[in-house]
Amino acid sequence: MSAPLYGLLAEFPDAHSLCAAARHVRAHGYTRAEAYSPFPIEGLDQVLGMERNAVAPATLLGGLAGGAGTYFLQWYAAVVDYPINVGGRPLHSWPAFIPATFELTILGAALAAVAVMLVQNGLPRLHHPLFEVEEFELASRNRFFLCLPARDPVFAPGPARDLLGELAPILLREVPA
Amino acid sequence: MSAPPSAPGAGADADVVRSRGSAVLRPGWGYADVSDKIAGIVLSGRFGWKWWSAFLAACAGVALFLGAVVWLLVKGIGIWGVDIPVAWGFAIGNFVWWIGIGHAGTFISAVLLLLRQRWRTSINRFAEAMTLFAAGIAGIFPILHLGRPWFFYWIVPYPNVMNVWPQWRSPLVWDFFAIASYLLVSLLFWYVGLIPDLATLRDRAGHRGQRGAQVAYGLLALGWRGEARHWARYQTAYLLLAGLATPLVVSVHTIVSLDFAVGNTPGYHSTIFPPYFVAGALFSGFAMVLTLAIPLRSAFGLQDFITGRHLANAAKVLLATSALVGYGYLAEIFTAFYSGDRYEIYMTVNRWTGPYAPVYWSMLVCNIVLPQLLWWRRLRHSVLALFLLSLAINAGMWMERFLIVVSSLHRDFLPSSWGMFYPTLWDWITLFGSIALFVWLFLLFVRFLPVISMAEMRELVRDSAKGDA
Repeated sequence: MSAPLYGLLAEFPDAHSLCAAARHVRAHGYTRAEAYSPFPIEGLDQVLGMERNAVAPATLLGGLAGGAGTYFLQWYAAVVDYPINVGGRPLHSWPAFIPATFELTILGAALAAVAVMLVQNGLPRLHHPLFEVEEFELASRNRFFLCLPARDPVFAPGPARDLLGELAPILLREVPA
Repeated sequence: MSAPPSAPGAGADADVVRSRGSAVLRPGWGYADVSDKIAGIVLSGRFGWKWWSAFLAACAGVALFLGAVVWLLVKGIGIWGVDIPVAWGFAIGNFVWWIGIGHAGTFISAVLLLLRQRWRTSINRFAEAMTLFAAGIAGIFPILHLGRPWFFYWIVPYPNVMNVWPQWRSPLVWDFFAIASYLLVSLLFWYVGLIPDLATLRDRAGHRGQRGAQVAYGLLALGWRGEARHWARYQTAYLLLAGLATPLVVSVHTIVSLDFAVGNTPGYHSTIFPPYFVAGALFSGFAMVLTLAIPLRSAFGLQDFITGRHLANAAKVLLATSALVGYGYLAEIFTAFYSGDRYEIYMTVNRWTGPYAPVYWSMLVCNIVLPQLLWWRRLRHSVLALFLLSLAINAGMWMERFLIVVSSLHRDFLPSSWGMFYPTLWDWITLFGSIALFVWLFLLFVRFLPVISMAEMRELVRDSAKGDA
């Protein structure tokens, strides 16, 4: 094999055979295998060996940061930097600070959820070796793909090809890096 | 492609998985069919004279709206009918009306997602678009109403050379945070939902050889490939956004209602306002969903996806929220008399018999009497009846917003400061111009983005084939 390889790509007709294939390669020690489907398939990420999903904790932190930051801003503005005495009413009038604090808690959490989802997924990304495979366009329509990437520690071109061949895919392709 | 479901795409391309048919999806649809059908609306570009005539009419309306705004900036808000004592006129009524319409989208997307309501799938996308446009238009009105709109950014807390901060105890400042957060979170929710569909459009455009569309959708899709780990994080994020948007929906109209309820004006100063406003928001939002869904499904032949069940379910929500709104009306009346406060009682009687009484009684007909027709199954399944009723409810809810704003203000505590609000031509142009702007945005959305979520429809096909949906 002369040209550097991104991996081997196999195409399947339905979600069921993709899950079966994913389980098969996992049983053979592949931990970096990638599965592509036109809709989310429950549990498939676990089968493949999902590394990290930091979306939920990041959302919590984003919400806390948004809320605490907004409360602090209001307290600082109303008590420290620009105190106005209105008939002796308390400067630190916390119930009035709740609405803005609540809204920006939600906003901070939402921004964190989306940002961390994109960053951990390696998106946005302008190009990817898989886009070079003509048939891969069906991954967003009606076909299911399993990719054994060359960076997987147990990957060797010959055995990998045989392993995918055992699964009787519709199509088997080499993906150039 | 418009393959009837009875003759789905045959040949080597055919899918093994096909929908079995249910109340929310007709039988015979495969993954490829739903994707091609919905993507085809955008990519085939076959938008006939109907779309073009609607678009040109909307363009004319938007031009009028812009003209009215420019004239307002030149002359000031004296071109409207507002004066003392009625300093809040159409602009604030329109604001509350639009922000209410902007509630159903997030409600459908978020609350119905959390409740695992299957019928949400084919209507959430355009309902979210509706939310976004309505909330955006709503945000314009308070700014226009400021008198010096170019200083609206003074409400934003930032260190400035004037050495002042916003008044944090003012509901108008809360409003800014509520509307801005709602707009941004709705935009995020909508866009995240669109990412897999933009990837489908990118790939379909490439398949059709439409290079420009492929690049445009490709950039917007951010390189989405549908990898299993990506989907897992995506779903976590989407579910969390739904969970976050749910309290947000309730909070936004609550805070809008506090603009009124915090003031001690008779008719405003009431604890029923927050829930009453939220119920009214859902009511008008679902009415607008029907107003949009009915022409949409017939224009693009989407009856297999947006079925009679969807319309009937929306009708049931209308019936329920109509009852809640009716409870709000009753509670207002009860509180006024129970308080024994002569100004509250006078305001209530004035609504019934005063100069704005025709608006009050028309509002009751549109919002309470006519929706009772939905108790009949036949009417819930009559597309024409639902469409007409949704228009009546939209009008009725606008009258309610108008009445809340104006009827409390036009009779001040002292008879010497009583007055009337009469809308001017510019008031009307601004109102109908904003509707034209909404239609214009919606027509562009229909032209360039998938009106139904393709990724979720494929899931629905899978579940339907398994017999779960």
